[in-house]
Amino acid sequence: MLFFWQTARALTNTRLKYTKIVEQMYVIGVESLAITIITGAFAGAVLAYQSFDGLRKFGGEELLGALVALSITRELGPVLTGLMVTGRAGSSIAAEIGTMRITEQIDALDTLRINPYQYLIIPRIIGATLIMPFLTIFAMIAGVLGGYVIATHILGLTPDEYTAHISEYIDIFDVIGGLIKAAAFGFVISWISCYKGFNTRGGARGVGLATTNSVVASSILIIITNYFLAMILFGVSS
Amino acid sequence: MIELINVRKKFDNRWITNGVNLKIPDGKMTIIIGRSGEGKSILLKQIIGLIKPTIGRILIDDIDTTKIRNRDLVFEKVGYVFQSAALLDSLTIFENVGLPLLEKGAPHETALPIVKEKLALVNLSEEILYKFPSELSGGMQKRVGLARTLIHNPQIMLYDEPTTGLDPVNARIVHELMASMQKKLNLTSVVVSHDIEVFQYADYVALLQEGTIKYFDDASQVWNSNNPDLYRFIRGLAQKPLNTHWCQPTV
Repeated sequence: MLFFWQTARALTNTRLKYTKIVEQMYVIGVESLAITIITGAFAGAVLAYQSFDGLRKFGGEELLGALVALSITRELGPVLTGLMVTGRAGSSIAAEIGTMRITEQIDALDTLRINPYQYLIIPRIIGATLIMPFLTIFAMIAGVLGGYVIATHILGLTPDEYTAHISEYIDIFDVIGGLIKAAAFGFVISWISCYKGFNTRGGARGVGLATTNSVVASSILIIITNYFLAMILFGVSS
Repeated sequence: MIELINVRKKFDNRWITNGVNLKIPDGKMTIIIGRSGEGKSILLKQIIGLIKPTIGRILIDDIDTTKIRNRDLVFEKVGYVFQSAALLDSLTIFENVGLPLLEKGAPHETALPIVKEKLALVNLSEEILYKFPSELSGGMQKRVGLARTLIHNPQIMLYDEPTTGLDPVNARIVHELMASMQKKLNLTSVVVSHDIEVFQYADYVALLQEGTIKYFDDASQVWNSNNPDLYRFIRGLAQKPLNTHWCQPTV
């Protein structure tokens, strides 16, 4: 709570340092881009492969592209990107800040009258929140393409059959909803990782624990947040 | 003047400092000695406000550092040199030393001469400006840490075991730097150490033992003192001296 309060106060009390935010966006984005694309592509591929049989039973093979696109856009793209960024960038944030804590670098910032919340925490939280939607766009595209490759090369659909109903079943609000989720996950990941790192105690073991805990807590929170955001953003009308 | 009044700190049901009373004179170098684990570093961190005492008051120029909400009021007066130097390892030496200026928006060309001046004060050349801390020796890192602390022109310097991990030559260099800066800048210096070599540069020596100050006196008296705790500590004796002359702590 104190951490949240201090971060909020630092956020409202200071001018944002855009170069630091862009730097964090770059670091988190570059670190996570490749795994995001790979994960998205294979998630789309396996989704197409597994769904095809079920759709064929009802004669709905031509809906495969729409199903993959809708699932990837609304759910799998943001969630898988969130989990990948947690493992890659979230753990790195927790370990870096945790190491700074145990080597007294954060205390040193304090004594130099540099607010560690402004210097370390705010750029990471804003950077992660802003970069997550961009990473998710890549995951979405990779997922739809992954499904396309499987559908056209293994499952015997033509390109037209795969793409025919995508625009019919997906609108811009599905994409926007997915990107809003992604931004929320970016906030969750960076906030948890910064918090765990900032409160690291002990030596190397403490850093290890903080890193593990940040990944576990972020992953669980992503799944929980995803549920509530799905209800809010894509709520089913009865 | 730094004054510690009945300073106590409890961690996990154990009192680390347990009623420290000490007046640290202005413009002098005071050494706080004591065995490992006696709470010397914790005491130093309590002085600057990085750790809050459980009980007690700490006055720096009549400001009670345990009460104030804006710790920057303390940090602008007091510099702290960390045991490990605590340099930010992702930044160059220039960025480390000039960080407080750069964070306030000072352009590179404004910060550069100030950083060079502070590095010169600790006898470091410009060649290291764009190196990273990991590229420097332990002694040089400590001197960079010292230069960084001087960027605010503090009136009080706190040194947390500044020569730990250094060879005797580098330890001597650091001690001489501390002494020369203390005189040159008329600083009040408080040094936590268990290196008895530092006595020759000190004005006063305090012994922290069992959570309290067991001895405080002029540094020139240290080797002649028959305070039993001090006697044992500086001679590395675990037991009482054979010819014991017990006396009251001069606190």
